[in-house]
Amino acid sequence: MTKEKKKSEAKKKLQLAFYWAASCGGCEIAVLDIDEKILDVIGIADILFWPVAMDFKYKDVEAMKDKQIDVCFFNGSIRTEEQEHIAKLLRKKSKFMVAFGACAVNGGIPGLANVANREEVFRVAYLDNPSTDNPKKIVPKTSVKVKEGTLTLPEFYDTVKTLDQTVDVDYYLPGCPPTPDQIMTAVGAIVENKLPPKGSIIGPMKSVCDECRFEKTEKKIKEIKRVYEVDKIEEKCLLEQGIICLGPATRGGCSARCLDANMPCTGCGGPTPNSLDQGAKMISALASILGIEGEEKMSDEEVQKLIDQVVDPIGTFYKYGLPSALINRRVMKK
Amino acid sequence: MAKEFEPNIIGFLCNWCSYAGADLAGTSRIKYPPNIKSIRVMCSGRVDTVFILEALRKGADGVLIAGCHPGDCHYQSGNYKTNRRIRLLKKFLNDMGVEPERVRFEYVSASEGQKFAQVVTDFVNQLKKLGPTPLKEIA
Repeated sequence: MTKEKKKSEAKKKLQLAFYWAASCGGCEIAVLDIDEKILDVIGIADILFWPVAMDFKYKDVEAMKDKQIDVCFFNGSIRTEEQEHIAKLLRKKSKFMVAFGACAVNGGIPGLANVANREEVFRVAYLDNPSTDNPKKIVPKTSVKVKEGTLTLPEFYDTVKTLDQTVDVDYYLPGCPPTPDQIMTAVGAIVENKLPPKGSIIGPMKSVCDECRFEKTEKKIKEIKRVYEVDKIEEKCLLEQGIICLGPATRGGCSARCLDANMPCTGCGGPTPNSLDQGAKMISALASILGIEGEEKMSDEEVQKLIDQVVDPIGTFYKYGLPSALINRRVMKK
Repeated sequence: MAKEFEPNIIGFLCNWCSYAGADLAGTSRIKYPPNIKSIRVMCSGRVDTVFILEALRKGADGVLIAGCHPGDCHYQSGNYKTNRRIRLLKKFLNDMGVEPERVRFEYVSASEGQKFAQVVTDFVNQLKKLGPTPLKEIA
């Protein structure tokens, strides 16, 4: 085999990059969770950038040619100036940008911080927290002068954003984290060049309920229960047992794994296809079946009591998607 | 002198009762403020909470949902569901710092032209006190 041929084969290898922004690191673990298949991936791909697993510097990315990376898997939402900068940089250097996991797709758990702003987040994290010992009341600043010079930190924004609120995104891979099957579907589609239209969400067009093992009958709830309040889970739809399950409002693709473990869906798959707002859909669905028996005899006070069993609507209905919701942050009092 | 704030209201009116009620207000020449833009829906139960949030997000200062009186729903139980939905939605809005009073659910029958005019007048006055929607300012 000639040297040139070898070179051209090597060139055909897929050039991948992974990055994490405001995320927990679970998505990185999910990549490794494809087990020995990671060796297949390495067989067909070069990893150009992956801060969590290998030693790279930002200047390595800056030195790359535009579009040198074939696919960038970007997890985490955008919370700081640094994350925004790297998102924009990686966008420039990548042919395809994939929003990887619930945080990048819909904002995720970090997105729940949109009920506050920087000032409130800092106050709780650095000052008010009972386990925090901070007598000098030091909170992060973007720059501070010390005798050796000036130290800087990236700006911490008031509002958490999704990846596509920051840069142009080609594909979305929802889930907290995406399951190995979903990841392999995405990688397979890229390798075989069978890419869906730009902007596609890699996932089925059906809800979690479609993949759930529990039997579903007529839905009516008398009262809402937390999981720990139920002694024994019956083999029927959790909603029918009074447990709030976001299955009906959530896109499937996860094989309803949480349900397999007798836990309700909390909505990491994001809204179902063509739905604008996952939380609002679930509010509609839940309110429709809650207290449906004898509804014609119920007084307004009784109805209100039923509704007040939902103690935390934001955390319940928008656990993974506040930044991408129609109302995506709390209105702060001036 | 600054012009008085005129709230922008989206009204979802049920085909069988409230839209007919609004029609009656018109044919009876009952005066009410022109701030409401009415959308006819077959039942107040058809009003998905997504519609309400979208209206608010796109700049409506208030959203009125009007349906048949309890027991009168053409589809038997749509209005009961709407009652519960709006209450749950208001809880969410309150937590998001949006005044829940911006969403209002009322029962207006086909013979209540006068009540429809009254509801709209009251709502407009209430929204004038609340001021413009704060949602125009959020990112």
